[in-house]
This record gives sequence, structure tokens and C-alpha cells, in this order.
Amino acid sequence: MRGPSAAPGNAARGQLLQWIAVFLFFVLVPLGRRSFFITMANEVLIMGLFAMAFNLLYGVTGMLSFGQAAYYGAGGYTVGLLLTKGVLPYSVALPLAPVVGAALALLLGPLCIRLSGVYFTMLTLAFAELVWGVVFKWYGFTGGDNGIQGIPVPEWFHHPLHYYYFTLAVVVAAVAVLRRIVESPFGAVLQSIRENPERTAFLGIRVRRYQLAAMVISGAFSGLAGGLFAGFHRSIGPDMMHWTKSGEVILMSILGGVSSFFGPLVGAGVILFIEDMIGKYTEFWEIWIGGIMLAIVVFFPRGVIGTLYQWTRRKGSRERDGNAAAHP
Amino acid sequence: MDANLVAAQLFSGLTSAMTLFLVASGLSLIFGVVNVFNFAHGSFYLLGAYFAYQMVSVTGLPFWPGILLAAVGAGIAGVVMEYVFLRRIYGRGGEAGFQILLTYSFILILDDVVKMIWGTDYKSIERPESLSAPFTLGEISVPRYDLVVILVGILVAAGMWWIIRKTRFGRNLRAISDNRDMASCLGVNVPLTLSLVFGLATALGGLSGALSAPTRTVTPGAGIEVIIGSLIVVVIGGLGNFWGAFVGALIIGEVTAFGILFLPQWAILFSYAVMALVLVFRPEGLLARKGSA
Repeated sequence: MRGPSAAPGNAARGQLLQWIAVFLFFVLVPLGRRSFFITMANEVLIMGLFAMAFNLLYGVTGMLSFGQAAYYGAGGYTVGLLLTKGVLPYSVALPLAPVVGAALALLLGPLCIRLSGVYFTMLTLAFAELVWGVVFKWYGFTGGDNGIQGIPVPEWFHHPLHYYYFTLAVVVAAVAVLRRIVESPFGAVLQSIRENPERTAFLGIRVRRYQLAAMVISGAFSGLAGGLFAGFHRSIGPDMMHWTKSGEVILMSILGGVSSFFGPLVGAGVILFIEDMIGKYTEFWEIWIGGIMLAIVVFFPRGVIGTLYQWTRRKGSRERDGNAAAHP
Repeated sequence: MDANLVAAQLFSGLTSAMTLFLVASGLSLIFGVVNVFNFAHGSFYLLGAYFAYQMVSVTGLPFWPGILLAAVGAGIAGVVMEYVFLRRIYGRGGEAGFQILLTYSFILILDDVVKMIWGTDYKSIERPESLSAPFTLGEISVPRYDLVVILVGILVAAGMWWIIRKTRFGRNLRAISDNRDMASCLGVNVPLTLSLVFGLATALGGLSGALSAPTRTVTPGAGIEVIIGSLIVVVIGGLGNFWGAFVGALIIGEVTAFGILFLPQWAILFSYAVMALVLVFRPEGLLARKGSA
């Protein structure tokens, strides 16, 4: 997502191909005929959406949030609580998940953007931990650390394949909207904030307002992902708000590559697959995740997609880097 | 509320303020001089606590030498982290993000290393016998161990002030904090100083963990709680400001100690409320940074 593509014709066709390839892959996954694949692909879609929502903040706007799990969890608990308390049907509860995610971001965002850089990151983490702490301790309302079990989603969704295609449809729609946002004039402003906030402010743009808007949009899509997860797993717990969840999407985005649109989705696939594989052999999977992250930061800072891209198009990217260097 | 209770909470607040200060001052020092936000700083607290457990409860060393060795061990681990890994990403574009990720990966790695070596169950160490009795003055009684922790905190604060202000090392450190390139041109051995600062700061974190081990049970995963606590402290005091960490720790220690009296389960909310207030009215921290650590 680092800047709109330079050569419209070719690049647009390439992008369309990318979209079709990704879409076909997920449509065809159930042909594997193993429930393991379907479950895995479903999780990848949900986490992929979550990671792309995070990347709107980090990859596009340059704000490294370490607290996105709060919004993801807010969406999940919205669906979980509304359904178990029998207040609203799923068809209303799920659309409310992004609304609650956005509302929470609107509440915490103004405090977080008081500071920038590392401070911003740490504030997002601190406030997300606060939200987690409240959910964890408020037994009367959220079920505390027991979470919510047996969320009554409609019968039709109990079939894994049904829910899978439902998730696919929602995620594709959400991703298309995210894409539109990034490519809109609004998205261009976000990218200019990433490149140089001071210069953007000199242009008469209220940087903080745009940063808050980015947080709210990201919060909304994170909430949607959380709501999808609640319907998918049918049981949720405060784990989905824990800071390690925020760390996970960061890792997914970085691993996939924050500068490519589908990078976070690829990263989500890779990480979930690794977690599943390693989880079978050892309880110490954190050290592997940590080791992988360490290796990426030290050796492959552009992520998997970014590094592949760099290798395949070394010449082209060098020219583009040259152009980019000439601009500021 | 009687005077006895108030005094008890006051001292308990002071004790946790001192352990917070030890971690937060190291965090602040690294940020001010090395220009890194060490997200894994809480993990050195964790290492210190487990090293102390190993030295005192397993190996059977006397208490104080064990605590000291634990702090030194955490410091050595910190130097290794800086020398082998962090050093590679200084000055890279988008450094802040990479710093967070690199130090985050260390949280995960150290957490699992601790679990692998010492297991996941609760660990505790006995405080020395001479300090187990309470210290009583009239109506008021305070655990003697808490008084010693408070004393150690004050001594460390004074010692750090002396190092930063009065020694050659401290002068180099302040020079680097002001302008790393210029300090290097004037003959300061910058890489060595950065490693030493990192070692000193992580040793302080380890000391805090080791000192806390007898009063709080030691578990893996404590690292993140500690880092968030010290984060709140440095945001209140002003990041990169040594005395800011001291003031912030006192505020948070006392606010939490007295918050427990009013809302036992939600005491943590008070420190967040204080942080939110500071952010709204003085986002740069109560003691704004004046360019040196």
C-alpha cells in the first residue's frame, strides 16, 4: 500500500489478478474436503481482516498501535453478550460489532493521539490492557475469565461450510471497502501523514483529526472481525482482548509485509499455520514466534511479500525508490 | 479511617513505589540515552526475580549476595541483548517500529525461557529472618522488609544521581543523550557507553524483581504487568526524565495503595485515571524533559 501504483495499466491488471487469485484460493479451499482446512481458512480470513484493519493504522497512516485487540474483543463481546442475553438476533448483533468497535476507538483514541511515536504505541497498549482488565474482572456482566460459552448463532451457521462462505462474503466486502478507503483522497492524506506529519500539517490538514479517523475506522473493522470470530467459535473469552492478540496482528502484518495490501492476510495464514504446527509438538510456541519475529526484524524488515517483491522486481523497485527519494 | 491504617497504606504504597521506580528509571534512562523504548524491560524484572529464586532458594546463597547476583545477571542479559541484537537496528528507517518489535520478541522469548527452566508454577523465596518481624512505632507497625526496600530505592536514586551528575561516565552519558554524533566526535566511546547504560538499566530492573520476589509470588508473565505499570509511571513523570520516574512512581504507588481501600477490585483504574488526566493537561509529563537524562 506504499503509495498508489506508478504505472496504471500494468499494475491495475496485476492487482486485479491478485484479487482474483486470493478470492479463488479461498473459494476453493473447501474442495480440500477436510474440516481442518475449512476451520483454518475461516480463522485466516477473520485474523486477516483484523490484521488488514490494523494495517490501515500502521502500514498506511504510520501509527503503530499495540492495542487493537481491545476493538476486536469489543466486537466479539458485542455479539456474544447480545446473543446470549437474547437481546438481539445475529443479523443485528453482527452489524453492531463494528459500531461498538468504532465507538470504543472514539473514546480511547483522543487520549492515545495526545502523544506520538513510541508513546502512542505504549498508550494504545495501556488503554487496551485497561479494557481487558475490566472485561476480565467484571464477572457479573462479561463472565470474567470464564468468558461466554454457547453463543446462540442461527442454526444454519452451525454447518462449518455455511459459516465459512458467510465469513468469506463479509471479509471480501470489508476488504473491498478498506481498499477504497486507502485509495481515496482521504487515504492519500493518511499516507502523507505516515510520510511526514509536520509537512502534512503545513498543508492545512488537521493531522490529529485524520489520525483519530484512522483509529475509528480501524476499530470498526477490528470489531467486525471480532464479531465474526464470536459467531465462528461460538465461545469467547477475555483472551481475545489480551495484549498478545494485539501483538499477533502486528506480527502478521510485519511478516506478510505492511506495504503490500494482501501482506497482512498472507502473514495471518503463515502465523496461524505455524502456531498450529508448533502447538502440536510443544507448549513453548511463544519462543518460536518471538524467534521468527526477531529474525524478520534483523534480516527481513520488509516481510515475506515485501522481500519476494523486492527479489522479483529488483530493478523496478530500485527506480521507484529513486523517485521516492527525489520527492522529499 | 484510623491513623494506623493510613500509615500502613502509606508504607505499602512507598514500597511498591520504590520497586516501580527501579524499573521505570531504567526504562527512562534507556529511552533518554540509547533512544530505545525497551518494551522488554519488564522481562528483566522477571529475570531478576527468577535469578533471585535460583540463587537463594535453590542454590542456597545468603539473601543479599543472592539478590545482588540476580541484579548483575539481569544486567548481563541486558548487555547481551543490546550488543547482539538491538545494535543492529540503530539508525534504520522507521526505527521506532522495529525497536518495539525487536523488544517485543524478547518478551516472548524470555517468557518461554523462564517457563522452560523454572516451570510455570508459582515460586517464592523466604525473606531473611532478621527482616521478617514487623517494625513497630507506637500504634503503627510496618514490615521491616518493606522499610529496607524503601531504603534501597532511595539509595539507588541517590547513587544514580551521583553517577549521572558527578562521574565521567555520567558526563559521557549526558553528552550522548544531547547529541550522539557530537559526543562521538569528541572522543566518547559511544557504543561502549550505550552497552553499559543498557546493562545498568536492566540490572536495576532485575534488582526490582529480585527485591519483590519475597513479597510477591513470582510467575512467568509478570513482565508485561510491570512494563505497563512503569509505562504509566514514566508517562506521568515524563519519559526520559530520571526524577520524573521517581515522582511518577511515588504518585502511582500511593494512588494504588489508597485506591485499594476504596475500590479493592478496581484499584488499577486509579492509576489509569491519573495517567489520563496527565495526558489531557500535560501530555509531556509532569517533569518535562530538559534534554538530559
